[in-house]
Amino acid sequence: MSAYDISLISVIGLNVILAVSLNMISGFCGQISLGHGAFYGAGAYAAALAMIATASFPLALVCGTAAGAILGIVVGFASLRVRSDFLAITTIGVNFLFTGFVRKQAWLGGEMGISGIPASGLGRTGNLVLILAFAAATVALSLYVGRSWMGFAFRAVSQDEDAAATVGINAGAYKLAAFGIGTALAGLAGGLYAFFTQFITADAFDFILSVMLMAMVVIGGIGSTFGVVVAAVGLTLLPEAIRFVNDYRLLLFGGLLVLVIRLAPGGLAGLTRKLAVLRPAKP
Amino acid sequence: MYYIDLAVAGLSFGCMYAMMAVGLTLVYGLLRILHVAHAAVFALGAYLTVIVANATGSVLLGFVAAMAVTPLFGMAVYRLLYQPLLGYRPDVPMIASVGLLVLMQDAFRIAFGEQGVTFTHNPYAFKIFDLAGVRLNAVQIAIFVAAVVIFAGLHLFTTRTRIGIGWRATVSRPRIAASFGIDAVKVRYLNFAIGSALAAVAGGLIGLLNNLVDPVIGYVVSYKALAIIVLGGLGSVRGTLIASLVLGMVESYGTIFIGSWLNRDAIAFLALIALLMIRPQGFTGARAA
Repeated sequence: MSAYDISLISVIGLNVILAVSLNMISGFCGQISLGHGAFYGAGAYAAALAMIATASFPLALVCGTAAGAILGIVVGFASLRVRSDFLAITTIGVNFLFTGFVRKQAWLGGEMGISGIPASGLGRTGNLVLILAFAAATVALSLYVGRSWMGFAFRAVSQDEDAAATVGINAGAYKLAAFGIGTALAGLAGGLYAFFTQFITADAFDFILSVMLMAMVVIGGIGSTFGVVVAAVGLTLLPEAIRFVNDYRLLLFGGLLVLVIRLAPGGLAGLTRKLAVLRPAKP
Repeated sequence: MYYIDLAVAGLSFGCMYAMMAVGLTLVYGLLRILHVAHAAVFALGAYLTVIVANATGSVLLGFVAAMAVTPLFGMAVYRLLYQPLLGYRPDVPMIASVGLLVLMQDAFRIAFGEQGVTFTHNPYAFKIFDLAGVRLNAVQIAIFVAAVVIFAGLHLFTTRTRIGIGWRATVSRPRIAASFGIDAVKVRYLNFAIGSALAAVAGGLIGLLNNLVDPVIGYVVSYKALAIIVLGGLGSVRGTLIASLVLGMVESYGTIFIGSWLNRDAIAFLALIALLMIRPQGFTGARAA
């Protein structure tokens, strides 16, 4: 494989982890998050700092995962206070706050970012294998959670919090669990990204990235693991496969997001199953 | 005098936010949709102003063109995007709206270039007046005047005319208003038309102030405007006005005092998140979040 193929497939793997983990929060549990980039970024920065400090690759990945999860659980508490579109606004704020904070911190490299992150020692192919292994594990975890009691509770909270509470489901605890799992995976992806590029700046984790991830989830079919994987792979490959699309990437993502919500709110999964997951609100 | 200059800068941004946010809060009041793409209307207004002004040599004509075209665009967004999505959860039209904003911004970049467009003839941004030691440029004065005229006009319109009263009635009690024979759909179109025209004025003025209209002009304003309508108590014009001025001042002084560890936008969002956590229903608590 050429260096280009390796880096393209690595990016696909990272996007699959990110989109599937966002789908656990927004799809399974119904907590719309437009700040997934912040958790990804927190993981990348934590892993980079840990690697520079300790030179231990596994420890750096653990630190990245933990940083994503800690920030995620803090934001998860916000989901207990505000709902629906207001939670979406709060998470947008978290993303801007994260990038605005990082850009101003000298110890995080400021606008210049952190360069010269020590190599993982696995080589380019080794990194790729690791990313794909974690992507496969993430998909497997998502499928497992979807079929478990926890997945049932997530869907109950997503569809009607009050009804879920009446059958004894602790909505707050499950929301925190969804945020914790989803953002830990985003932090892990951030750690993998830091070793994949060995150079990180705040720009890589901005709000536009969060919108692209949400586009993957919505276009794939919110709540469907397979749909989201297909969309993540497809939307990462499309700008690469069709050269002229690359310059119009945002136009394409924005346009697809509008069209899919407008014409097929269930996304790819909904089209195939003819089953809209986003149910109409009560009158 | 330094602190007074900061206050002037903060107030002029506050007035601009208010013009931008009033359309947004009224859309929320009517439809419970967070109309993120309002920022695209703002950017469209700015582009129309600069392009027509450069083509004709008259900035005034630029504003007229912007105020004529953007209402049509706003109404089209309602008809084609939001109306079919009214039955879904509120985050569904919101995500569609984010998609539309991203799409429009990239379209502006492709059509008019990454660098943006500058006014070929713009003496106003550099004409400085000195009022008792307070330094103001002509565009800042125009922003203050426009804000006062617009909000006074809006106040008279919504309290003294039948159409305005019908509009307010529909925002506060849609069913009762309908039973009095007010056509809710017409009110929605009116709402999108007026809100879009005001956003266009704000966009044109900010373009003049910076002497630049670039593709990201609406980007951060959009999310800040959402912050403002939340803080102001949703659907409340008075609350929006107060919150806009407060946010303008917080940003202006915040960049001086905590600017070394957060940038301007992050300060605005920090204020938003803190307030949302303390009061999820906003300042005035008119409606629960």
